[in-house]
Amino acid sequence: MKSLYTAFSATLFLLIVTGGLYPLAVDMAGHLLFSRQADGSLIMKGKTVIGSSLIGQSFVKPDYFHPRPSATPDPSGSGSVPYDPAFSSASNLALTSGAQVKAVTQAASDYRKENGLSPAESVPADAVTASGSGLDPDITLANALLQANRVAKARNMDPSVLKKRILALSEGPQWGFLGERHVNVLKLNLALDTGH
Amino acid sequence: MTTHDWIQTVLVFLAIGMLAPLMGRYLAWVFTGPSLRIERGIGRLLRFDPEKEMSWKEYAITLLGANAVFFLAGFLILWGQGVLPLNPRHLPSLAPEVAFNTAASFVTNTNWQAYAGEAQLSNFSQMVAITFLMFVGANTGLAALVAIIRGFTRSGVATIGNFWNDFFRFFLRAFLPACFLMAMVHLEQGTPQTLTTSVAVNTLEGGQQTFILGPVASLESLKNLGTNGGGFYNANGAHPYENPTPLTNTLEFLEMLTFTASIPFLFGRLTGRPRQGIAFFAVIMVLYTAGFLVIERSEKGGNPLLAPAGINQTASRLQAGGNTEGKETRFGITQTSLFSNTTIAATTGAVDAAMDSMNPMSLLVFLSHMFLNEEPGGKGVGFAGLLKEAILAVFLAGLMVGRSPEFLGKKIEGREVKLAALSLIVTPILVLSLTAVAVNIPQGKSSIDNPGPHGFEEVLYAYASGNANNGSAMAGLNAATPFYATSIGLEMLLGRYLPLLPLLALAGALARKRIHPETAGTFRTDTPLFVILLLGFMLLVGALTFFPALILGPIVEHYSLARGISF
Repeated sequence: MKSLYTAFSATLFLLIVTGGLYPLAVDMAGHLLFSRQADGSLIMKGKTVIGSSLIGQSFVKPDYFHPRPSATPDPSGSGSVPYDPAFSSASNLALTSGAQVKAVTQAASDYRKENGLSPAESVPADAVTASGSGLDPDITLANALLQANRVAKARNMDPSVLKKRILALSEGPQWGFLGERHVNVLKLNLALDTGH
Repeated sequence: MTTHDWIQTVLVFLAIGMLAPLMGRYLAWVFTGPSLRIERGIGRLLRFDPEKEMSWKEYAITLLGANAVFFLAGFLILWGQGVLPLNPRHLPSLAPEVAFNTAASFVTNTNWQAYAGEAQLSNFSQMVAITFLMFVGANTGLAALVAIIRGFTRSGVATIGNFWNDFFRFFLRAFLPACFLMAMVHLEQGTPQTLTTSVAVNTLEGGQQTFILGPVASLESLKNLGTNGGGFYNANGAHPYENPTPLTNTLEFLEMLTFTASIPFLFGRLTGRPRQGIAFFAVIMVLYTAGFLVIERSEKGGNPLLAPAGINQTASRLQAGGNTEGKETRFGITQTSLFSNTTIAATTGAVDAAMDSMNPMSLLVFLSHMFLNEEPGGKGVGFAGLLKEAILAVFLAGLMVGRSPEFLGKKIEGREVKLAALSLIVTPILVLSLTAVAVNIPQGKSSIDNPGPHGFEEVLYAYASGNANNGSAMAGLNAATPFYATSIGLEMLLGRYLPLLPLLALAGALARKRIHPETAGTFRTDTPLFVILLLGFMLLVGALTFFPALILGPIVEHYSLARGISF
């Protein structure tokens, strides 16, 4: 009987401590010390939220750099809504899946057409494969540099200037040795718009 | 591997090598010596006496009773989500089978997720049900482990400790402070923590996005430190909010090893045999390192089927290359391989990439890790599994040389060997029979996403993950059906408690035995020879049991890939 009491009272005690006090304490300390991060690293334009430096968004216009393909699904049915942060997801396609080979081949041919590349030119893998979250904010330098001519043309810019800007905006590896070098697509496109 | 890859890898391994002994030392303090005032206070409040010793049966009954109540509380919250507070998006309650599956999953430290976090759980469910179950599931595992270790340290005693004492000592002195501290580090790097539910976004091209926010950071540190693995978001550690930078990625897999890789050193301290602890650590690290090297190599190779499409998968100054499907750009191959190997070896089950899109050889490693489940294995119970294998290996060695087997001064007799073997056969029985059933009935086959051998791997992986209380998934498999939710839910409960009970009984039996002094004829178990013997035993038994299933899945897929065959 006493041990049953302990089981129930411990459950109640732990529900309060771990389910209430602990997350609320992290919340308070977080807003005190790192309030921008605690709220999702949002990027504002006046009073509207235009994105987050951590979350990728869809770009299709020629004067913007394009992110990786995204496999976030349409929650109401089949198919996908790219870069939907309300339902992060990968494609989950196997390496040996025929559907995967077909999708990548199609994406590569679209990528070449879009960026004026010859059919013989190889396409960086990240440009034609979906990320693990479907919200990858980054692309590789290889991918960004191949898109530079298209964006420069659409914006009447000198491609070599744009390429220098890409290199200057590229980030990583963190602390010089962790992770890989990458370019944040939203930050790059924002920099183009604001001319910085 | 490039120089850059090697530098990251070597530094990470150095960090593990420094962290594990230090934490082992700290945990030895946690579990010995007098109770702190706050612990005695909690004992009075919840009416348990931390000094009152329990027999293995009392310990087991207390553990099971507590877990049953934890489970019930979690189930009721998830099942009643629709009428509970902090749900401004008006998300409906989980279906009963999914609520059952989830409560079973989190209380057993599995964290298999048959739901998509951001789409289906309110912040109340995430905070109260999920965070609570993550804490108590992991805490239970570590308490049980310490009780099992007492079987080896005690001599001629009928008791193995007090469950609540072990539970709250670890919770207060190590688990909760570590979670809070690391949550703050994750926050600094960009993981959100707020009670806001969602934010509407107007994108640069004039589109709409909705960000789902909530108490993510507090869940994130806990998810890894507790080797739980259940993420706030559907994409888990691949989601940039859960795992924003390569630094958080590194910290996450180091968190997974903080308490698990330190256990051999805790064992060495508690038994007064530090060399034995190092021997066990060596066994773990051999399997861990081998797993990493295979994954890294396989993923670096990219997908050969994409070569005809003119896809550049070679690492260079401009890209990390490799098999990028399902992986995040900021992590690349090496960070992903380090993370994936650790999360499976330590049975966390968090992922920072899509397991379903991994190379078949990587999947072979994941499946092998889950079948062995003790390198280092989940919070506590993983190491208990290693002790069980050691007893069987000593028994086998004794048979070979004709000596009566002994382990750490305790005679290993029929009862101990039977209990260890009983615990050992649970995994193959559950995993193989459930897989066999699922791939033969329509309810099992209809959930499979990818064709060919890979589809078989999805099912095998699901049941291996459920039994090992791992929780990672080849997420293409639709596990939210009544058949999978129920069968995996039951399997997680059986896979957790069935092997644990014989091990507690084993501890009870061993504690009662006297420790005999070593003689010149004693078979030493802290030597490189024993490390090799134990590794050989584990791999042999594992291979004999699981080889046929592995051939049908990853090995067939590997050779298909090599020959350019797609399905």
